[in-house]
Amino acid sequence: MVVAESKPVSEILEMIKDCKKVVVAGCKGCVTVCNSGGEKEVGILASELRLARKVAGTDLEVLEYTCERQCDPEYIEPLDDLVKDADAVVSIACSVGPQYIAARYPFLPVFPGLNTVFIGGAAEHGVWKEYCQACGQCIIGDFGGLCPVARCAKSLMNGPCGGSSGGKCEVGKGTIDCIWHLIYERLKNLGQLSRLENPWGFKNWSTSRDGGPRTMIREELRK
Amino acid sequence: MTLTAGSKLEKILKSGQKAVTCECGPPRGADAEHFRHKASFLKDVADAVNVTDNQTAVVRFCSLAACRILLDMGIEPVMQMVTRDMNRIALQSNVLGAAALGIKNLLCLTGDHNSFGDHPQAKNVHDLDSVQLLAAVRGMRDDGRMISGTEVVGRPQMFLGAAVNPFADPFEFRVVRMAKKVKAGAQFVQTQCIYDMERFAKFMQMANDMGLTEQCYVLAGVTPFKSVGMANYMKKFVPGMLVPDSYIQRLKGVPKEKQAEEGIKIAVEQIQQLLEMKGVAGIHLMAIEWEERAPEILKAAGLVPRPQVD
Repeated sequence: MVVAESKPVSEILEMIKDCKKVVVAGCKGCVTVCNSGGEKEVGILASELRLARKVAGTDLEVLEYTCERQCDPEYIEPLDDLVKDADAVVSIACSVGPQYIAARYPFLPVFPGLNTVFIGGAAEHGVWKEYCQACGQCIIGDFGGLCPVARCAKSLMNGPCGGSSGGKCEVGKGTIDCIWHLIYERLKNLGQLSRLENPWGFKNWSTSRDGGPRTMIREELRK
Repeated sequence: MTLTAGSKLEKILKSGQKAVTCECGPPRGADAEHFRHKASFLKDVADAVNVTDNQTAVVRFCSLAACRILLDMGIEPVMQMVTRDMNRIALQSNVLGAAALGIKNLLCLTGDHNSFGDHPQAKNVHDLDSVQLLAAVRGMRDDGRMISGTEVVGRPQMFLGAAVNPFADPFEFRVVRMAKKVKAGAQFVQTQCIYDMERFAKFMQMANDMGLTEQCYVLAGVTPFKSVGMANYMKKFVPGMLVPDSYIQRLKGVPKEKQAEEGIKIAVEQIQQLLEMKGVAGIHLMAIEWEERAPEILKAAGLVPRPQVD
């Protein structure tokens, strides 16, 4: 899933400082799963914004709505009535959401309430880790099913580098696993260490963002 | 003797004589005189001087310019190049430019992660890694082709090197990774600073057993301790650096003003031991911001005067 975290309320307050009425829009997709932008978080953020502005003596009206998803135009539509006389929308979807809202309402300011951090998953309750960088050409089959692009600090194709110590990466002060250590251990367990004997060639990054913003087209679905 | 680049370093190694390289880092500013001054100590005691490329991800004046300054001083450079800051377009371009300026030794590295440097907010590149950079330069040199397949008009004649760290983990994979670098084009490797002689000996034995030392020259990395503080710092804070307590005790055992001398004594002993090891083809001395002491270390180790080659 796309993992996102809340922006500090102070940052959001600064973005909407000239507004008298805003809509806080959540999303029932990934950000609900990672507890940052679902119905519950919409309620919490709305209350925090109201309270802060009340204390500041500049009351703010906040409407709340949680979209089925914010990455499909049809699910943005239900906001039409709510945004009518709003001064702005604060979207707490991943950063796709505010952009869909911006596309639908050309004259309405929209602000992100979250920082989208990575594509990943939960490691334990309250902890999420990065697993994918959407490079567009998955190569993890060569590496025991583990991704060096996203999970090696240097995206090495021929690791581990000299900074791998005791299974940990030198970046992150011991909090990050050296993915190359894990790749090595896994291929050893699988009896496939020979996969690591030859230099891994040049990766084609044109399928990644380096080739420009990407569009995926499935002709059979367009018919 | 078949030569790829015909550098002095290549000639000395291929002649079977022990080589000496020293490291010299450019300053954090445009002060060329400062760099010339540091390099001047190394002129007659090293076969080639290794110029770091923004080491520890700290901005310094560039390796290419520093190498040109060395050439003008009559010193043979080994240009270091890291893949952290440049993509394949810039890397290949710099290799061609370096060759055009007369640089003949190239050390291909991935580089320290930018989070350790003075610009941790920087965007890193990592289009290639060190192994891929080796393969790219070898391709330009031997096949006359860039990564894209584009023909190179005027091939860069580079003697290619890489780094190895026998002290990182997983230990048993370290020689396999070295073999990978050799397969990709490394003709010489220089090691991370060696303090744990036992582990290094084990590494060399594995490299010898795999036949790697017959395909690639190993320059053993030595960094003299300036003080017990430095030794402790390296032990505690430099990842993958194994500093045995015996050295720390030895430095502690002498008065503070004598610690530098003791550090130098240790380095000389290490060099002598390393040169005895099978497969060690030379020494890479990294006297960090202590270049002026390199001559006495190398003299005491019996490595000066340096051999002359045509």
